[in-house]
Parts: sequence; structure tokens; C-alpha cells
Amino acid sequence: MALFRIRLFLLPALCFALLAACQHAPPPWQLNDVRGHLPDLQFDLTSDAGTPAAATDFRGKYVLMYFGYTHCPDVCPLTLVHLHLVMQKLGKDADKVRILFVSVDPARDTPPVLHQYVTAFDPRIVGLTGTPAQIAAMAKRYRSAFNIDAKQVNGDYTVSHGSIIYVFDRRGRARLIGNSTDTPDAIAHDLELLMRQD
Amino acid sequence: MVRLVLKLAAVATFAICAAAAAAPVSSLKAEQGWVRWLPANLPAAGYVAIRNNGDKPVKLAGAESADYGMAMLHRSMQKNGSDSMEMVDAIAIPAHGGVALAPGGYHLMLMDAKHPIKPGDTVRISLHFDDGETLQLALPVRPANSSGD
Repeated sequence: MALFRIRLFLLPALCFALLAACQHAPPPWQLNDVRGHLPDLQFDLTSDAGTPAAATDFRGKYVLMYFGYTHCPDVCPLTLVHLHLVMQKLGKDADKVRILFVSVDPARDTPPVLHQYVTAFDPRIVGLTGTPAQIAAMAKRYRSAFNIDAKQVNGDYTVSHGSIIYVFDRRGRARLIGNSTDTPDAIAHDLELLMRQD
Repeated sequence: MVRLVLKLAAVATFAICAAAAAAPVSSLKAEQGWVRWLPANLPAAGYVAIRNNGDKPVKLAGAESADYGMAMLHRSMQKNGSDSMEMVDAIAIPAHGGVALAPGGYHLMLMDAKHPIKPGDTVRISLHFDDGETLQLALPVRPANSSGD
């Protein structure tokens, strides 16, 4: 009778221990896991070479995507510098990664301007532009708000845009999001983890 | 002869003291400045750390450059998942404190280059403060993908 009672006690104790062990496993990502919460990488835009660019062109590569514009002298360059540093940290694995810089200012960011801009940061960045309607649809798809501010006296204007860096895997699935304040180390860490999981 | 030398020494000492009294040492100092070059005549960004060693707070009230048609004080911000930038009229610098114009925050926006500018060049910038002081800077131009270190 006593033996039976001891075994009865052990069973829930064992279950509790197992549950506690599961909950103690820390999430592996340093960025935010968005698997299943954002649409796959899908677009038909114009590249900085002036040719059509589709998301399917990038299947088989990990993709880092950021919305910005070339007349932004501070935050956009800072973000692209971070992504360039990510590529440096990845070493040979950087060949498996592409960076997409999607312009929220298609009026000024023509393919030639985009090309000069992105190549000044890293050879693996592709600039993307399109019609205002195409850009608006792209931003909406990835829940990125942008606003073209009022023109100043000299004709210049600023554009506020989403600060999110999107990470897609080789099948075009949205996996992680970070932002312009995340360190290159954190982004590189998560990319390496994605590559090992594939 | 000795009296002449003594008289000259007195005059010289008085002159040096007078000169020192007339030209106070500036309480403002600029360090570690640089300009991020961007291609295609795009606006460039200027960065610098400013120290105020004085007993009173001052404000950086404006900037101009001999090499650009326009220099403005700007501030980048990240709010609610959005990156944006706005012009600021002045940047306050506390007494015995400092402010950093650095990537992601305050910066100079440099527009309309008066001549071709490229990495390796030096850009001249004048910073104007509300106490009437001006700091003259000669900042190195660095490539677009510079980390600024």
C-alpha cells in the first residue's frame, strides 16, 4: 500500500520536472521571431540596374530587406553600414545572402541614383524602386508605414519610413525582424543560426 | 643700460598680460569630427563631439560650410517602428558637459556641394553658438560605408 502511494507521488513530480525543463530552454534568436506572421517575399519591382526584379530572383538566398531613401544622410546609411558589417562577419557565408534596399522615394531614387548609392555600401545590396503604387503596395504588404513630408523652400523633403530590417530564408519565408539599432553581431548570429537550421 | 632693459621688460610684461586678458580661452572644443560622403551629389552628413568646459550652458545655433551651399542641424529619431529626421533650430550643451553629433542622432546635413567632394578630402565647417562663439572645423571626408571609428 505504501509503495503504491510513493509511485503515485512520483508521477506528477516527474511531469512537473519535465515541464519545468521545457520552459527553461531560452529562445535561440537575438532578433524577433516572426515565423508565420508576415507574408513571403513577393514583389515585381525595378532594380538599380534598370531591369525588372522579382522576388523569385532571390529564392535560394537569405534576404535582408530595408525600406529607405537616398536623400537620407544619416539613418539609412547607418543601417546599410550595419548590414555591410553583417556581410563582413559572415565571411564566405555572405555569398548566400542578399540585401534589398527598397526606396520609399521613387520620384528621386531612379535606378542610376540607387545604383551609385547601394554600391557605395556593399556589392551585395540590390536597390529596388518602382511606381508610387508599386512601392505603396510593397510597404503595405510588409506593414511598413512611410510618409513623404512636405517640401521645403529649396524643394527638398524628408521621408519617414519603417525602421524594420526583415530577414527572409532561402524559400522566401519571413523569419525574423530587427531594426536599425540592432548590432551587426546580433544580425549575423541569427543568420548563421538560420543557415545551420536549413 | 640696466634701467632701459628693466623698462623694456616691464612694458613687455604689461603687453603680454594685456593681450592675455583681451583674448579669453574658449570654453568650447570640438573633437573626432568627420563627414560621411555619399555619391550622386546626395546630401552628406557631418558628425562631431562638442565639449563645453564653461560654467554656463550654450546652444549650437547654426552651421555653415565654405564647401556646401547649405548646412543644417538635423536630428534622426526612431519612434514606434519608424525612422524619421527633422531640422532643429539649436542643440543645447550643458555647462561642463558635451553633446555628440553622431550616426542615429544629431547630425549636420550638408547639401549643394560647391565643388566635387570625395573621400579623403577635407570639408570646412563653421559652428555658431548663441554666446557669440564660432568654432572652425576641418573635417575629413570618409567613404559612405565608414563606421566612423
